Amino acid sequence: MRVYARILAAGFRTQSRYLPAAFAGLLANATFGLLKSGILLTLVDDGGGELDGYTAGTMAAYVWLSQGLLGSVNIWSLPSSAERIKSGDIAVDFLRPADVQLASIADDVGRGLFALIPRGLPSVGVGVLLVGMAMPAQVLPYALGAVSLALGITLSHALAYLLGTAGFWLVEVRGLQVLYMGVAGLLTGLITPVWLFPGWLEAIAVATPFPAVMMYPIDVLSGRTTGTDALWLLAVQAGWLALALAAGQVATRLGRRTLEVQGG
Amino acid sequence: MGDGLAGRASELVRPYRAVLASRVRAQRAYRASFRADLFGTAVVGLTELAEVVVLFSAANGTLGGLDLMQALLVFGLAELAFSNADMLFGHVDSLARQVRSGTVDILYLRPQPLLAQLVTSDISLRRVGRSALAVVVLVVALVVNDVDWGPRAVALLAMSLVCGFAIFCANFVTAGGLQFFLLNAQEVTNAFVYGGRHASTQPATVWVRSITVIFGFVFPMAFCAYLPAMLLLGEPGAEWLPAWLGWYAPAAAAWAWTVALLAWRAGVRHYQGGGG
Repeated sequence: MRVYARILAAGFRTQSRYLPAAFAGLLANATFGLLKSGILLTLVDDGGGELDGYTAGTMAAYVWLSQGLLGSVNIWSLPSSAERIKSGDIAVDFLRPADVQLASIADDVGRGLFALIPRGLPSVGVGVLLVGMAMPAQVLPYALGAVSLALGITLSHALAYLLGTAGFWLVEVRGLQVLYMGVAGLLTGLITPVWLFPGWLEAIAVATPFPAVMMYPIDVLSGRTTGTDALWLLAVQAGWLALALAAGQVATRLGRRTLEVQGG
Repeated sequence: MGDGLAGRASELVRPYRAVLASRVRAQRAYRASFRADLFGTAVVGLTELAEVVVLFSAANGTLGGLDLMQALLVFGLAELAFSNADMLFGHVDSLARQVRSGTVDILYLRPQPLLAQLVTSDISLRRVGRSALAVVVLVVALVVNDVDWGPRAVALLAMSLVCGFAIFCANFVTAGGLQFFLLNAQEVTNAFVYGGRHASTQPATVWVRSITVIFGFVFPMAFCAYLPAMLLLGEPGAEWLPAWLGWYAPAAAAWAWTVALLAWRAGVRHYQGGGG
C-alpha cells in the first residue's frame, strides 16, 4: 500500500512542475464557465428563478464546480498507460514489483489532486466573486464533498485506464476514445446537469458510472444533496469504483496474455 | 497568356496536391478504422446537438429569445462551418507538439510558405461524419423555420457559411501562431478555438458583457451563425449585436484573418529552431 501512496505523491509533485499549463487550463475553464453560466442562468431566470430544484445560486455553483474539476477528472483523454500499451513499454511495467493498474491509476490521481489547487480553487473563486454562487454554510457538506470528490476523481481515472486496456486487443483505440469522450462528456453532466435531461436520457445516465464521476460530487459539495441521500450517492460512487477497478484488473490480466511486443 | 497563367498556377499547387492526395489515400487504407472514426466524430456532433436540445427543451418555450427550432438553425450553421474548418485546418492546432519535438524545422527548409505547408500537410476526412450531421440539422432547421425564401435568403445563407468557415479557420491559425510562444500552455488557445465554437452556437442575448466583447468582436463568433440566422428569421438580435450586423460578416472574417496572419507572422519570426 505504501508504494502506491508514494506513486500518488510523486504524481502530485510532477504536476506541480507544470504551472503555466495549469493556468492556461484555468483560462479555458473560466471562458467556458462564463459561456455556460450565461445560458444556464438565463434558463433558471426564465423558469421564474427555479428549475428542477436549481436556483441561480446553486446553478452557478454547478457551473463553477464542474469547470474547476476539469483539471482533476479525466473524461477526455487516454491515460499514459494506454500509450505504453501501444508502444509495448507496458512489458517493462509488468516486471516491476507493483500492480500495473494500481500504480498507473495512483499516478494519475496524484496529478489530478494537485490540479485542484491551481485550477479547482481559482475556478470556485471566480464563481463566488463574479456570479455569486451559493455554497453551504455548514461543515458536513464539505467533509462529505471531499470524500465524494476523491471517489469521483479516482473513478474517472479507473474508467480511463479500463478504456486504455482496449489497446491490448486493438491496434488503434482513437475511434473508441472519441466515442468515449462524446458519451462521457454528456452523461457526466459536464455539458448540462444530468437532472435537466428528459426522463429517458436521465434514466440512461444514472444507469452508467458517468454521473458518479462529476455530477454526484458536485451535488454533495454544493449541498444540493444532503443527509442520507448524500451517503447513498457516496455508496453508489464506491460501488462503481470497485466495479471499474475489478474490470480493469481482469482486463489487465487477460491483456497480458495477448500482449505482443515487437522489436528486439 | 491565360494558358500560361493556369499552367503556372497548377505548377504552384502541385506539391500541395501531392501531399494532400497521399493523406487522403492513407486515411482510406484502413477502412474499418476510418469507419469507426467517421462514426465517432458524428457521435461527438450528436452530443453537442444533445446539449442544445436538452437546454432548449428544458426552457419555458424560448431561451434567450429563441425557440428550439430557431436555436437549431444557429447550431446547424455554426456546426457546419466549424466542422469544415476543423477538417481542413484542425491539425494546425497540434503545432505545439511539433514545435516541442523540433519537427517544425523541416517546414522552414522547404521553399514554400510555412502556413500553406502546414495546412496542406493533413486533412481529417473523418470529420465528414460531423459535417454530415450538421448538414442534416441545418436542412431540417431551414425547412421547419419560417424563412422568407428568395435571393436575399440564399445569399445570406451562402455568405454565412463561407464567412463562418473563414472565421473558424482564422481562429485555428491564430492559435497556431500563439503556439510558438505558449508551448506547454496550449489550453490558452482552447479558450477561443473551442470556447469560440461553443459561443457560436449560443444566442448572443444570454452573453454577459465580457463574453459579448470577446466573442462578439475580438473573436467575431456571433457573425458565424447567430447574426446571419437572426437575419434569416427576421428576429431583432441582441442588445449589442443587432441582427443587421450580420451583413458585415465578410468584414468580421477579414478582421479575424488580419489577427490570424499577424499572430502567425509573430510566431514564425519568434521561433529559434529546435537545435537539431
